[in-house]
Amino acid sequence: MLIFDQSTPGCVNAAQSPVERKAVTAIPEKFRRKAPPRLPEVSELETVRHYTRLSQKNFSIDTHFYPLGSCTMKYNPRGCNTLAMLPGYLQRHPLGPEQLGQGFLACMFELQEILKDVTGMKAVSLSPMAGAQGEFAGVAMIRAYHDANGDTGRTEILVPDAAHGTNPATATMCGYKVKEIPTNREGDVDLEALKQVVGPQTAGIMLTNPSTLGVFERKIKTIAEIVHGAGGLLYYDGANLNAILGKVKPGDMGFDVIHMNLHKTFSTPHGGGGPGAGPVGVNQRLIPFLPVPYVGFDGERYHWLAEKDCPQTIGRLSAFMGNAGVLLRAYVYARLIGREGMHRIAEYSTLNANYLMIKLAQAGFDLALPGRRATHEFIITLKRQAKELGVNAMDYAKRLLDYGFHAPTTYFPLIVPECLLIEPTETESKQVLDAFAEALVKINQEAKENPELLKGAPYSLPVRRLDDVKAARELDIAWQPEH
Amino acid sequence: MSNIPEDLYYTKTHEWVKQDADGTVTVGITDHAQHLLGDMVFIELPDPGSEFNTGDDCAVVESVKAASDVYCPVSGEIIETNVALVETPEVVNQDPYGDGWLFRLKPNDEGEVEDLLDAETYRELAEEESH
Repeated sequence: MLIFDQSTPGCVNAAQSPVERKAVTAIPEKFRRKAPPRLPEVSELETVRHYTRLSQKNFSIDTHFYPLGSCTMKYNPRGCNTLAMLPGYLQRHPLGPEQLGQGFLACMFELQEILKDVTGMKAVSLSPMAGAQGEFAGVAMIRAYHDANGDTGRTEILVPDAAHGTNPATATMCGYKVKEIPTNREGDVDLEALKQVVGPQTAGIMLTNPSTLGVFERKIKTIAEIVHGAGGLLYYDGANLNAILGKVKPGDMGFDVIHMNLHKTFSTPHGGGGPGAGPVGVNQRLIPFLPVPYVGFDGERYHWLAEKDCPQTIGRLSAFMGNAGVLLRAYVYARLIGREGMHRIAEYSTLNANYLMIKLAQAGFDLALPGRRATHEFIITLKRQAKELGVNAMDYAKRLLDYGFHAPTTYFPLIVPECLLIEPTETESKQVLDAFAEALVKINQEAKENPELLKGAPYSLPVRRLDDVKAARELDIAWQPEH
Repeated sequence: MSNIPEDLYYTKTHEWVKQDADGTVTVGITDHAQHLLGDMVFIELPDPGSEFNTGDDCAVVESVKAASDVYCPVSGEIIETNVALVETPEVVNQDPYGDGWLFRLKPNDEGEVEDLLDAETYRELAEEESH
């Protein structure tokens, strides 16, 4: 799979190369490298073929239905790409003066305003470079707020057991102890358990609403009262914002600070660890602590707000102001849909999830929370199949690949055994949803008739079933062969 | 149904506790827990000499599905850990009550051990979870 594996010493395409190479003279001798760089020796054509082949092996939203729960793998409209790639944006230097970047700053200011409006928060900073950094910034602001009040006895952050793993990780990174709150059988936070652990040591609670169980937290107002009553703050994990966009505002639910994953809700590309954007929004009392820089507007000019304007800021999260290209794509997406269209994202993503959920329930699959309406995602549990037929959620997931569907999220949330967390998003058609349901029904039949077939899946992909224990224990992440 | 030996104590969070003759206890995770977690890939153990309160997270077991905290079943001081597991985490899957033990602990209060769940109560809990 490595391009180095195809390297042949001395290999160049002579026919398309310059006959004579000019000597380098413009760069002073002392700055020139002494040894050639360690590059693979392949022709340009071989290089193009290598990467084209690799890209064809990819399972991606551009080629396959990708119902990865809690990830919101929606289609990224190409128009957003095109506009974000205008030369004026691409060639803008991040250290360029403000007066020469008023257009870009205006876009960023308007994006801040749009995100404020749709989430009900009072101010937004775009600087966090990804969702996890947005979380970190959010909890760091909670800490800065308590510290500024001299309230230093608050040492704990409450996190429900259904939360994304990043929540306890964030709280720990910010120096807090994590207290886990159990979920009740209906999928809501256990209020009695919450009341028992909340107290003067509580700095705040981190909540995802809708939760990772794919249901709306119905007692959110009571939770907000309990936590605020004890002097703690409410953090909103924006992972599932897609389900409520334009319908319910986290600000109205009582949240003090939120982060948003623009690569989910606002349709910027999900990079494999590539550039992301995780803006944070805050209510009035946390504004002084927002990470810098963010954009201000004095009625005439746009300008960066930095440390001198915001002395209590938690500081900078990167060298500049976030991933400009990603933020621009989100801005174009928001303008494309418009304020009046935002609610349709929530409506269609919820409709698609509920349609697929009911279709699968009618086909005999067990829902994790059969009494609840789904939000933008839902969970089926294959516990019965695992017990009766000896095939588990991972076997179903791998077999789905053979049917041309990316697998849903498996084994998350951790509190539902043998689960598939399915999120179709608003961008899929009824035909695709029907085909996916049909594939799952076929796999269910295969599980009964020939369980071994599932255990060996996938069969049709370039790579067969991986040894995941070996993959975890003997990491193979070489960038070039070892010799 | 998973194996739940009669002579051990248990916690709601799926640790087992064995009372040793010298007043210390040995702690591991149950067969039910290892089965739910799946194949182990990493085990992180506490440092001998460190002290924990009941319910503190004191070790981590990471499987192909999830990384899970192990909670200290009774308060006390860690006196020994099963360092062999660092190289061979799969032993927790193969022999959860034997060679797959995680650590030995000197309890602050031996009475705390008596307050843990007995095999029958834990069996009911595990069965309820798997329905």
